[in-house]
Amino acid sequence: MKRHLISAADLSRGDALLILDTAEELAGLADRPIKKLPTLRGRTVVNLFFEDSTRTRISFEAAAKRLSADVINFSAKGSSVGKGESLKDTALTLEAMGADAVVIRHSASGAAHRLAGWVRGSVVNAGDGTHEHPTQALLDAFTIRRRLFKGGIAPRGGLGGSSPRGSTASGRGAGLDGIRVTIVGDVLHSRVARSNVLLLTTLGAEVTLAAPPTLLPFAVDTWPCAVSYDLDSELPKSDVVMMLRVQQERMTAAYFPSVREYSRRYGLDTARMARLPDHAIVLHPGPMNRGVEIAAEVADSARSMIVEQVANGVTTRMAVLYLLLGGTEFPEVAS
Amino acid sequence: MTAWLIKDVEITGPGHHGPTDLLVADGTITAIGAGLTDAGAQVLDAAGLIALPGLVDLHTHLREPGREDAETIETGTRAAALGGFTAVHAMANTEPVADTAGVVEQVWRLGRAAGHCDVQPVGAVTVGLAGTRLAELGTMADSAARVRVFSDDGRCVADPLLMRRALEYVKAFDGVIAQHAQDPRLTEGAQLNEGEISGRLGLAGWPAVAEEAIIARDCLLAAHVGSTLHICHVSTAGSAEIIRWAKSKGWPVTAEVTPHHLLLTDELAVGYDPVFKVNPPLRTAADVAELRRALADGTIDCVATDHAPHPVEAKETEWSEAAFGMTGLETALRVVQQAMVDTGLLDWSGVADRMSVRPARIGRLAGHGALLAVGVPANLMLYDPAAPAEAVSPVGASKSRNTPFAGMPLPGRVVATFLRGTPTVLDGKLA
Repeated sequence: MKRHLISAADLSRGDALLILDTAEELAGLADRPIKKLPTLRGRTVVNLFFEDSTRTRISFEAAAKRLSADVINFSAKGSSVGKGESLKDTALTLEAMGADAVVIRHSASGAAHRLAGWVRGSVVNAGDGTHEHPTQALLDAFTIRRRLFKGGIAPRGGLGGSSPRGSTASGRGAGLDGIRVTIVGDVLHSRVARSNVLLLTTLGAEVTLAAPPTLLPFAVDTWPCAVSYDLDSELPKSDVVMMLRVQQERMTAAYFPSVREYSRRYGLDTARMARLPDHAIVLHPGPMNRGVEIAAEVADSARSMIVEQVANGVTTRMAVLYLLLGGTEFPEVAS
Repeated sequence: MTAWLIKDVEITGPGHHGPTDLLVADGTITAIGAGLTDAGAQVLDAAGLIALPGLVDLHTHLREPGREDAETIETGTRAAALGGFTAVHAMANTEPVADTAGVVEQVWRLGRAAGHCDVQPVGAVTVGLAGTRLAELGTMADSAARVRVFSDDGRCVADPLLMRRALEYVKAFDGVIAQHAQDPRLTEGAQLNEGEISGRLGLAGWPAVAEEAIIARDCLLAAHVGSTLHICHVSTAGSAEIIRWAKSKGWPVTAEVTPHHLLLTDELAVGYDPVFKVNPPLRTAADVAELRRALADGTIDCVATDHAPHPVEAKETEWSEAAFGMTGLETALRVVQQAMVDTGLLDWSGVADRMSVRPARIGRLAGHGALLAVGVPANLMLYDPAAPAEAVSPVGASKSRNTPFAGMPLPGRVVATFLRGTPTVLDGKLA
């Protein structure tokens, strides 16, 4: 694996499977009364958040703490040179404090990339502008693999198959080959979508983007996925539906005529959910706009993985930090 | 005034074949021919070198007044001389904006005092570059700076009525409006050419149509009112096609392309290094190929640097926070050699035309852009096209270091520059 995790494109299939399998081993920890391992004792992880994101920040914080790392939370709002300290100076400060890993969330695409040029520790991209959010994609892949495998679904030969380590009940060692994932909504501005397209296709899934044409990137035809403007036709063939959040600022910027029309054409309501195959699951990276991209009944249904995604987020981020920081004393949790 | 005898130089342009000698005295070229002698003259052995008329840049940001931390007229014109330029047009987006006779005269005088090359101020089209009211174009034209080129460069004169009026108004004093073609609504927050790379990097796209739509509109306006339009920094294949069409109609339209748009593409943005952030943005390889073709066939009239110095901190930041722009004066001719001459698209006569003759004509600049001949002002430069490719240093005479070519091997070397018979550069160094 590379030293940093900045883009899902940094991960080979082998890297991605290693992270998912490590996460699978670590998942056992969550069921223990003492949810802590000593593997990163004495290491420092800095959560550098230039954007408000309590969910992601506490997820990384919990992950680092469960591995016994020291965690420093650094909230720095406003990033421009005019408004305060520059990203470079912040990086040099962290460097001087001896951060082993910096988890960065920033509103500017490429901020994690720039940071990696200024610090010696590992950089984990926790979301940079409209670029990428690779750990979200990893936790989504982890959720898909766990859930579809446990449900005993191996659609069109997926999920089982050739695995170097042999598949187990949790899907360990398996990719997502043949799984059909439909990602719905504002792909243009979504770092979650970018990372998921890259990672899920690396793992063998077939990804379709379903969105109004205004919310798809200009050259989306060069992406390794299919594109559809018609959500209804995609649902019956989807194993996974991933709903993206509609940001408030898009609602008034002529990307679509009205929130109501968006919801009518691209929202996942109960009628649409009924078109899904029985085994299909619904993902959402949160926070949700209930009643806009997803109906409350769907969000709270048995198909919804939204709460599970949060739990899996901690496990997956533990695996990432563990592998990037080369933690010792590999957990014997699974046994 | 010292006379100079330049020995065994290859003069570019029609009618010249093989090495010859060139005698410069009292600011003019006094003799051309083999075996010249002049006991009082300094002799410069120019074997292997070519002589071009002094380069003329239609598009330079010298930053003074206002941003002397990025560049001054002194440092910017030093860089120009080292690049082989004898005249530069100083863009109007200074602080204060060059929208009055007072500011343009100050810039002009500072240029004269520096003495490294002629500084011809460009006047703003609208007051404060705000795009709402015409600046006092006639007063700037009548001032000591004799402004003929007007531009809101950095911003587009987006209001079609204001653009029409500006084009019409400058007919009274043979002025030209140089348009920065960028539809503001189509480029809100834009960071990088809209294409495969911007989509992948999650950077807001700057679509080609935002440039092309304004160029098409302005060509039609120029034709309608019978005035002269110049298009700054053309960056897309579609723009070249529109200009070719406008010229085929006989319309009074000229255009420039920057060295960086002739060589670099948006692929360079993948590392998010803002040294590659520029406006208009770097485009695709297909655009680069078409711009080269258009420059070769004369659709695009000239090369202009859009030299845009910025201090280190303006670039050492996140991409979206960084300033747009690249320096270019010191590397312009070497880039053109790489992109146009070494590829066989343009010969050195063509380079003289595109980098001196035509820009001087478009800028209404007397005394520059004349092919080297007896009796013309001795504005010329000596260049060694056979100098082995050497990596570009990020540090030059410019006060800023935001060159996208740093570390890139480029052929050629500027050996000497003469401004009205006086060397400003000798042996590649400031004289």
